[in-house]
Amino acid sequence: MELTILIGALVVLTALAFVYGRRRALIKVGGNRRALHSMPNYHGWFVAIWCGLPAVILLVLWLLLRTTILEGFIEDALGPELANTAAAMKSAMIDDVRALTAGEQIAREPTPLLLEAAERYASLKSTADAAVLVIGLVVAGFGLGLAWRRVGPKLRARNNVEALVRVVLFLCSMVAIITTIGIVLSVLFESMRFFSYVPFWDFLFGVQWSPQMAIRTDQVGSSGAFGIIPLFVGTLYITVIALLIAMPIGLLSAIYMAEYASRRVRDVVKPILEILAGVPTVVYGFFAALTVAPALRDAGASLGLGISSESALAAGVVMGIMIIPFISSLADDAIVAVPRSLREGAYALGATKAETVVNVVIPAALSGIVASFLLAVSRAIGETMIVVMAAGLTANLTANPLDSMTTVTVQIVTLLVGDQEFDSPKTLAAFALGLVLFVATLVLNVVALHVSRKYREQYE
Amino acid sequence: MSLPGASAALPWQLSDTATRRVRRRKRANVRFQVYGIGAIVIGLAILAILLATVIGKGTGAFVQTRITLDVAFNEKIIDPDGSRDPVKLGQADYAALLKEAVAASFPAVTARQDKRDLQKLFSGDARYELRDMVVNDPSIIGTTRSVSLLAASDTDIFAKGSMARDIAEGDRRLTDKQIAWIDELVAKNALETNFNWSFFTNADSRAPESAGIGGALIGSFYTLLITLAVCFPIGMMAAVYLEEFAPKNRLTDLIEVNINNLAAVPSIIFGLLGLAIFIQAFHLPRSAPLVGGLTLALMILPTIIVVTRAALKAVPPSIREAAYGVGASPIQVVTHHVLPLAVPGIATGTIIGMARALGETAPLLIIGMVAFIVDFPGGPTDAATVLPVQIFLWADSPERGFEEKTAAGIMVLLAFLILMNAIAIYLRKRFEVRW
Repeated sequence: MELTILIGALVVLTALAFVYGRRRALIKVGGNRRALHSMPNYHGWFVAIWCGLPAVILLVLWLLLRTTILEGFIEDALGPELANTAAAMKSAMIDDVRALTAGEQIAREPTPLLLEAAERYASLKSTADAAVLVIGLVVAGFGLGLAWRRVGPKLRARNNVEALVRVVLFLCSMVAIITTIGIVLSVLFESMRFFSYVPFWDFLFGVQWSPQMAIRTDQVGSSGAFGIIPLFVGTLYITVIALLIAMPIGLLSAIYMAEYASRRVRDVVKPILEILAGVPTVVYGFFAALTVAPALRDAGASLGLGISSESALAAGVVMGIMIIPFISSLADDAIVAVPRSLREGAYALGATKAETVVNVVIPAALSGIVASFLLAVSRAIGETMIVVMAAGLTANLTANPLDSMTTVTVQIVTLLVGDQEFDSPKTLAAFALGLVLFVATLVLNVVALHVSRKYREQYE
Repeated sequence: MSLPGASAALPWQLSDTATRRVRRRKRANVRFQVYGIGAIVIGLAILAILLATVIGKGTGAFVQTRITLDVAFNEKIIDPDGSRDPVKLGQADYAALLKEAVAASFPAVTARQDKRDLQKLFSGDARYELRDMVVNDPSIIGTTRSVSLLAASDTDIFAKGSMARDIAEGDRRLTDKQIAWIDELVAKNALETNFNWSFFTNADSRAPESAGIGGALIGSFYTLLITLAVCFPIGMMAAVYLEEFAPKNRLTDLIEVNINNLAAVPSIIFGLLGLAIFIQAFHLPRSAPLVGGLTLALMILPTIIVVTRAALKAVPPSIREAAYGVGASPIQVVTHHVLPLAVPGIATGTIIGMARALGETAPLLIIGMVAFIVDFPGGPTDAATVLPVQIFLWADSPERGFEEKTAAGIMVLLAFLILMNAIAIYLRKRFEVRW
């Protein structure tokens, strides 16, 4: 409530600051615009920014940190009861207090202490919000006053405003780096915690994956096994099947489009094939799970083969369909980039078109084609929905494509969907899998980039 | 071309072996071309099969089966004390009302089990339709009306002809008796099908016949709104910086490498990022469009930056130089001249990025937007689901009635994607300036 007031007040104040800043600049020079260093609008912006920006930064920081700061206070309020509870219970109690404050139901009978803590939390929250409201307004007013006094013919308002704009532009481009850092840190940090439960080498080279953890320590047979090898094998297997489908179809159609097809055919067929790239993966998942997999199972049954309805084959085939457009469009770019003179040289020697393509064009475009395959592999191992919907959940270490297999992405989803507590190895394992996936795709992309740069034939 | 019967090759003629070789090479050439055509035909065929499957399975969901029944709005059941209090009217036992009406129209059915089976032809939500009728218009209490009620999913599937009647009774969901009753209804002209508006206005439900995509559409709307609000300004400003202001140094290179890498990071990793940062570290609400939108914004940011940069690059340097020539500052050059000229390109790229965000599922599963939600989200911080996740949830449901819902949801999703891409293409064609 207090924060809504603050936001509203800031909007109004900033707007007023702009209007009156602009007016003040004009008044100071008696309406003679030419006497101003910067145009009046820039004076308006200058005042408005000084008024609004510091307060908005304060507000955003508060919104991000409020829960963390206030939680410390709840812990104090719960002090005696918290002291002798386990860490997992601790976060549950704090969640309860937060829910009570928001007026929601909680799972257990609220103890007087919990109620008291909730009350304290609520009053603390509103006091703190009120404090932020006051501080925010003071900051805004202070900034406004400072800027207000500086408005005048000498003020280089445009340069000031533009310098700030440049800073903002720079910060926006830094978001890309911050995102990468965020990914690395979040995945790495949780993985570290996971590796404190499960040794790194057991994770990397274990051949058993069954991520159940014991609820009680004395339970039998529920120690949980976190060996990633079966997931790796499943992922690679499905990827290989996908590539076996996508490589020939993608490459051949790219060659045909680039070398044989007339302009009109190209203009019509190419966009149609690119629709395949725009189909959401959940649609492919549906197609795999409800059309391809049953069809394969029935076909297998009529041939006397027992094909699992969650076979790696179905997921792989559909994933292959999904990556056809990646390969064909990247390979197409590489083929088109081969200069005409090479082809004409081959024709002059009497080569047929096919011979030219196979012996001259493809070798010349090879770096691009290989890069397209590598990017396709990276796509395939990171793909989630098709395998979540069509591949299996249990980790089988098998070489039979007709069996059910599971992949890294499937396990990430399975481990994280549904209720979860952040401290169990089961949840943390998902982040470790994410780390593996991130590193694997990163390496593939870097290698693809390297291949396409380093081995590119230069004809200029 | 060797002449028939020529024993020795003339100087301008090829030898027989050479002729054969040329023929073989030409055949190989044709064969190669056929492979190419084959690959393209396979690609097109797959697309056709995919679309045909979805449309074939999904069209049924746009039609809904209803059963017309004479319902006596018995005051004793609905409002025994005659107070007409809306709260009490809302809580009355409408299942009993429905039971009575069904019994009245099938007087021949007397056995308990049969009565129960008969009841199962109607949707479990039919009683709520009766309730809404009464609450909206209490004056119907005491009268008998002919009411059209929602049929159960199995009835619906049977009425659409998707359930074979000649297979063994144990292998289908409806018993022989139930089929006979449906035939009776058909003979009485009491079974009707009409366009399923509720598919668009209802939220999710456990019952396939009353599940709709309305809630998911609203969830998608809020999510995309957040995505657009975050990634459009940031993406555009980042692109302006990199294209117009960035000095050539290591930091700029690092930013560019990062953008390229982020574009290739699997989408599920962004889900992990959203879970760890937005939910765990910043305590934003789980399952909410707010977090989903932020996560998707980070995911499509590279796309927006790349497309915007291309649009900025397409503005010729002469424009910039002319603006500098009349004394504009670098920022003024960009904001007054370059950006306005690049707007069509930026808009096109943004729409394509948003289309990608609309179809994305995996990261949203991770941040918990897979909950079963029957309420319409009232804002970006309410728990919600989105269209592709709804499709995923339905595809996972065991009830057969959800299969056509899934396909119909896909049809709606694809329709939106086609619409967005069509707008993007139109904008590009209409406003593109060739310099």
